[in-house]
Amino acid sequence: MSAIVIPPTRTADAAAGRTTGPIASVGPIVKRQLLKFLRTPQLIILGTAQGAMFLLIFRYVFGGAIASSGLSYVNFLVPGFIATTALFTGMGAAAGIAEDLQLGFIDRLRSLPIPRYSVLAGRALADTLLLVWSLAVTAAIGFAVGFRLHGSLVGALGAFGLCVVFGFAFEWVFIALGMIAGSAQAAQGIGFMVFPLTFVSSAYVPTSTMPGWMRAFANHQPITDMVNAVRVLAEGRAAQHALGHNASYFIVWALVWSAGIVAVFAPLAVARYRKG
Amino acid sequence: MVPMLEAHGLRKKFGRTVALEGLDMVAESGQVLAVLGPNGAGKTTFVRLVATLLRPDGGTLVVGGHDVRQRPEAVRRIIGLAGQFAAVEPTMTGRENLEMVAQLFGLDRRAARVHSTEVLETMGLSDAAGRLVRTYSGGMRRRLDLGASLVGSPRLLLLDEPTTGLDPRSRMDLWDAIGALVARGTDVLLTTQYLDEADHLASRIVIIDRGRAVADGTPAELKQRVGRNVIEVHVRERRDLPQVAAILSRMSRPGDAAPIVDDPTRRVTCDVEVGMERLMSALRSLIDGGVEIEDIAVRQPKLDEVFLALTGQSLDTGSAQPSAA
Repeated sequence: MSAIVIPPTRTADAAAGRTTGPIASVGPIVKRQLLKFLRTPQLIILGTAQGAMFLLIFRYVFGGAIASSGLSYVNFLVPGFIATTALFTGMGAAAGIAEDLQLGFIDRLRSLPIPRYSVLAGRALADTLLLVWSLAVTAAIGFAVGFRLHGSLVGALGAFGLCVVFGFAFEWVFIALGMIAGSAQAAQGIGFMVFPLTFVSSAYVPTSTMPGWMRAFANHQPITDMVNAVRVLAEGRAAQHALGHNASYFIVWALVWSAGIVAVFAPLAVARYRKG
Repeated sequence: MVPMLEAHGLRKKFGRTVALEGLDMVAESGQVLAVLGPNGAGKTTFVRLVATLLRPDGGTLVVGGHDVRQRPEAVRRIIGLAGQFAAVEPTMTGRENLEMVAQLFGLDRRAARVHSTEVLETMGLSDAAGRLVRTYSGGMRRRLDLGASLVGSPRLLLLDEPTTGLDPRSRMDLWDAIGALVARGTDVLLTTQYLDEADHLASRIVIIDRGRAVADGTPAELKQRVGRNVIEVHVRERRDLPQVAAILSRMSRPGDAAPIVDDPTRRVTCDVEVGMERLMSALRSLIDGGVEIEDIAVRQPKLDEVFLALTGQSLDTGSAQPSAA
C-alpha cells in the first residue's frame, strides 16, 4: 500500500435513488453460486461419487431382497432415486445459506439497493441449474446399472422436467431452513429430515410392505406423489398398472405439492431475509 | 445543508435486551464520525440500523435526508457497509468480488470493471486482483471487503469495527486506506472499541454507553471536557525526585491525587488544572530549587482516561489491542 491512488468521487450514476432491476440483481448472485461450485472440485467429485455409491448399494445390495410387483427393481428404483436427488443436493443449500448469514455475506447484500427477493431467488435459480447437472449424472449412472425407459420420449423428458420442478420447490425449503437455522452446523442437522422424508416414501421400496401407520404417512406425503409421477412417465403402462393410477393423476398431485411448497417456504424465507 | 445522519430518541430491543435506549446523534457531512464504546454498548446495533439491516423500534433515524423506515431503498443507494467480518467470496477473485457488488449496485459490466479497477488500486490490491480470495491474507480480505463497500461510490461509508482481529501492520494499512477515502470526501461512520483508532481517524467522536450517547465532540474537546492535563517531569538526578513531588503537590488543589513518582525512570507525573499560571510558577520553583530537569512535558489525557471519567468504567484496551504510535 505504498502509493494510494484516489479515484474520483462519483455519485451513484443515473440510478440515484432507484433499485437495481430484477435481472441485473439476480444475475451476479447466480454467477457467484455457479463459480463457487465449479471452483470447488472436491464438491463435484464427492457429490457424484456419493450418489453413485448409494445407487449401487440399492441396486445390488438391497435390490435382490426387495420385491416390486409389475416392475423390475432397477426400473422401480432409478426413477425414485433420480427424483429424490434434489433433496440430497438441497441439504447443501441450507448449510450454505446459513454460512452466508453467519459470515456477514447476506448483510452486505441486504445493504445493497436490490429487491428483497433477488438474493434468495438467485440462489434458488443457481442451485436448480446445478441440479440439472446432478440429475443428468444420476440418470447416466442409472442407465449404466440397467435402467431402461418404457414410456414415450416426451414422457421421459417430462419426467426429467418434473424432477427439476421438485428440485426448485425443495430448494425453497432448504433456503428457509438455512435462514432460520442460525448456523451452518444447525442447518446441516435440520437437513437430516431429508432421510425420514425420502425413506418413508415410495422412492426406494413399495409402500405396501410398511406397517399401517407408516404407510398412511408414506402414501400421503409429497415425495411419494412426485416419485410416482416420474415413474409413470418413465416406465409407461407397467408402472401405471403397478401404482394403480395414471400419469395425469400423479403429475397433478406432484405439481400441486410443488406449488404448495413454494407458496409456503418462499415467503417464509423472504420474510426472514427482510427481517435480518 | 442536510445532515448526513440524524438520530433522535432511537430505540432498539432484542427480546428483553435493550440495545439502544433513546440515542441522539447528528452528524454533519464532511466528517469521520467514530462511535466509541465498550462491547455491548449498542455500536453494532446502531450501524445495522443505519444500514437498514434492522428496523428501529422507536425514535427517528434519517440518513442523507431519507428516513430509514420510509425510504430504506434510497438509504441503501447512498451507503456502503463493511461489517465485522470480511464478507467476500473466497472462491472468486478479488476483481470478481468487486464486480459482483458493483453490478448489484446497478452499474453495467463496463462501468463495474472500471470502478473495480480503481478500487483495487486504492486498496493496494491491483497485483492480487486476479487471484482467488481464498489465497488472500486476513488483512487483504479486509481491504477487499472495504473495497466492496466502496465500489458503488457511497456518500456514507459504514465501518463496523474495521480493524478488529487484524495484526498491527494490517491495521495501519487499513487506516491508511480509510484516510485516503476521507481525503477524497467520503463521509465515514465507524465504530471501534480502540481509543487510538478513534483518535487517529475521527474528526468527531460520539461515546456511547448502555445504548445512549454520553459524550460528543472532537477528540480534543473530549479530552478538554475532562478538564485536566498531565504534567510529567523527568529529572537528571534521582535524589531530586522528592523535592519535585513536593513542588508539584503544592501546585495541585486540595483533594487531588498526589503526584506519582516513578523512581527507575526518574519521572514525576501529576494531574494539573488546565491553565498556565500555576504551571509556570511550579516551573519557577523547580528552577529556583536547583533541580536539574532533563525534560518536562504537559500532555492531554489519553482518550481512555476520558472514557473512564465520563462513564465511570474503563474501556478494555487490554493486551489484545496492538498499540499504535
